Amino acid sequence: MQALAALLRVALAALFLVAIAVAGSPAAAQTQSVNPTKNAVSEQQLLQQSKTVRGLGSIPDAKSYTLEQPAGRDWRRFHEVTLRWIGGIAILGMLAVLVIFYLSRGMVRIEAGRSGYTIVRFSWFERFVHWMTAVCFVILALSGLNITFGRSLLLPLMKPESFTTFSEWAKYAHNYLSFPFTLGVVLIFFLWIAGNIPTRVDVAWLKRGGGMIGHDHPPAYRFNAGQKLIYWIVVLGGGAAAVSGYALIFPFYGTTIETMQQAEMVHSIVAMLFIAVMLAHIYIGTIGMEGAFEAMGSGTVDLNWAKEHHSLWLEEERVRAQMDSSKPQPTIVTGQ
Amino acid sequence: MARMKFLCDADRCIECNACVTACKNEHEVPWGINRRRVVTLDDGQPGERSVSMACMHCTDAPCQAVCPVNAFYTTADGVVLHSKDICIGCGYCFYACPFGAPQYPRVGNFGSRGKMDKCTFCAGGPEPDGSPAEYEKYGANRLAEGKLPLCAEMCATKSLLAGDGEVIEEIYKERVAKRGYGSGAWGWKTAYRGTVSS
Repeated sequence: MQALAALLRVALAALFLVAIAVAGSPAAAQTQSVNPTKNAVSEQQLLQQSKTVRGLGSIPDAKSYTLEQPAGRDWRRFHEVTLRWIGGIAILGMLAVLVIFYLSRGMVRIEAGRSGYTIVRFSWFERFVHWMTAVCFVILALSGLNITFGRSLLLPLMKPESFTTFSEWAKYAHNYLSFPFTLGVVLIFFLWIAGNIPTRVDVAWLKRGGGMIGHDHPPAYRFNAGQKLIYWIVVLGGGAAAVSGYALIFPFYGTTIETMQQAEMVHSIVAMLFIAVMLAHIYIGTIGMEGAFEAMGSGTVDLNWAKEHHSLWLEEERVRAQMDSSKPQPTIVTGQ
Repeated sequence: MARMKFLCDADRCIECNACVTACKNEHEVPWGINRRRVVTLDDGQPGERSVSMACMHCTDAPCQAVCPVNAFYTTADGVVLHSKDICIGCGYCFYACPFGAPQYPRVGNFGSRGKMDKCTFCAGGPEPDGSPAEYEKYGANRLAEGKLPLCAEMCATKSLLAGDGEVIEEIYKERVAKRGYGSGAWGWKTAYRGTVSS
């Protein structure tokens, strides 16, 4: 019985081996004929086809299916080299221009001197919107510049931990103050759009250089061409900064790494130029021109200032005051 | 000093994800973050390949270059590490990274970014080697114990190689010579500016 079992086992084993040999030989022939590299995906080819190499994975995070995106190297070059040059030239260049201008031209005086009479230029709401946007802008600008230049300019002066604490608070400020800033830009757009449509008067104003050189005073309505330019820079630049900024605050909401890189490039370039332009705006609103700051400070300006810088606007206001005869000249108030 | 590198032999990877799991377990990686992942290219097509990818610890690392607070440092072994105490979670390293390595726990405002987390080549962080503080922030420091990254040590087909760049390059070249094919060292050109000559 045992001998029979052993015989059976040997027979089975032999049968099994034969089966393997039969099944194996075509399989072996097949592996020899197939070149495993022939169709294999190649990194070089994939990178030539597209900037990112994407596949499939088995973890739920679909973002991780991107294998490689060498574009990060280009973005790095932009951030390390290009942006610093753009920012440095725009901001330091503007500062230099303003210093030279101030030294050569000095403060633009009210030529006729103060009249002692003032006229309302901006309502409390207009001033509130201006200063809300302005305060947010200054903090956004400084915290943003810290991200680009802080490491080379501030970090050497501080302990790394203190710089991190500062930068982290700056980041929170940057993120949260973006909301009142954006609201301010939207309000500015609606508040002053009526006075900021370019007209033929602006062409004449620009042709005379805005009266910047010499003692020229080209006529202007409520906003002259320079102010209109600032208005549109704030509306369009602020809008672009807001849109690109929110793309970065909310990562992967309809964006990929590549679009976020582009958003960061738009955001930073717009911001650098915006800062440079705002430096000029701050200059002309403070030490650059006598009687200008009051417009946004107390909301009223001297009659002679209005006569010199916004002659057509003053006429408009006068006509309006005369037509509204029920109230005796409500906008012109006796000054100090 | 050795220059530590990763090399994934895609012709051997069977997409078992053991490296992913090993990494998550070894370092108790936060929820939602995978320091390593396996990506399958041309899935279901002839010539399909799977590649296990994590931080490649680049030469002249872009993350380190763009970090606004200088949170990164490269060790003498060429491992790119970062300090979670210095990181402000701005997201710049993950714009710059060619391999999608930096990830953020969603603890920040607007559900965005907390302190960045990424592969450490099992080498911990700036805290003292093997300290509880180091383990909590970065996971195990196997390199300090003389061990190589667990993902590669665990790899059943020895597809994923980790260690001295010259040594693993030699191993890979031998394999390619012996079997007669190889789809190349994925990511090496981007990470190390050179690829294995085979």
